[in-house]
Amino acid sequence: MKICEIRDLLDARILAGDEKLDCEVTSAFCCDMMSDVLAYVKDQGVLVTGLVNPQVVRTANMMDIVCIVFVRGKAPTEEMIELAKECDIAVLLTEKRAFDTSGILYMAGLSRNAEG
Amino acid sequence: MSENLKFHFDIDGSDFSSAGAASVMVKKKLRQLSYDPEIIRKVSIAMYEGEINMVIHANGGTADVEVSDEEITIVLRDKGPGIPDIELAMQAGYSTAHDNIRNLGFGAGMGFPNMKKYTDYLNIDTVVGEGTTVTMKVML
Repeated sequence: MKICEIRDLLDARILAGDEKLDCEVTSAFCCDMMSDVLAYVKDQGVLVTGLVNPQVVRTANMMDIVCIVFVRGKAPTEEMIELAKECDIAVLLTEKRAFDTSGILYMAGLSRNAEG
Repeated sequence: MSENLKFHFDIDGSDFSSAGAASVMVKKKLRQLSYDPEIIRKVSIAMYEGEINMVIHANGGTADVEVSDEEITIVLRDKGPGIPDIELAMQAGYSTAHDNIRNLGFGAGMGFPNMKKYTDYLNIDTVVGEGTTVTMKVML
């Protein structure tokens, strides 16, 4: 699935990584515990989270995550967006909740054949 | 490589918002040097866990990374409270972090298990009341 499709499915706004909209992702992980992201994410994909702090971006960077989706309309700070740009990570913001976001992406085929 | 590459960082323990910045820097440097992505991933995750730990538990400290032809060594030193029971700290899910840390997304008790998982060597030298030195190596 392309990042632009994720944006469209979630009625999301893209806050960083316009140039990554055509980038293909195959898996996603939904979590507010960055400790668990570090422990369980196996392949680079999408992080769906309602947690907003710079460590979300740094954790995504560590795990080679391509795209972060912030849910419930919780907007990242300007500093976080800049950090994401530096780390080459796309940032999406949706008003949808984490459960709905995950369900929509799963039904559209994301993560179905991927591990983690 | 004739001379080993070295990086030194002072980790500020007073400001959680900067926690993890040194690891991001190391990852960037290793990428610029074109190391294998899997090696970079292991080194940066292990260091990141350690760096976050130092900020959460020990009010910061120092991080030293040395790259030789054979291995990458990460040494994290702090003057924090020390670890009374290392075996317990190594258990997945065990954490002494407070709720305020969990609200920030950390403290799930996966720090040391993760550091062990992503490195080829892990040594924890700790004295209660004096501090902890964590040494990790990833073989190239």
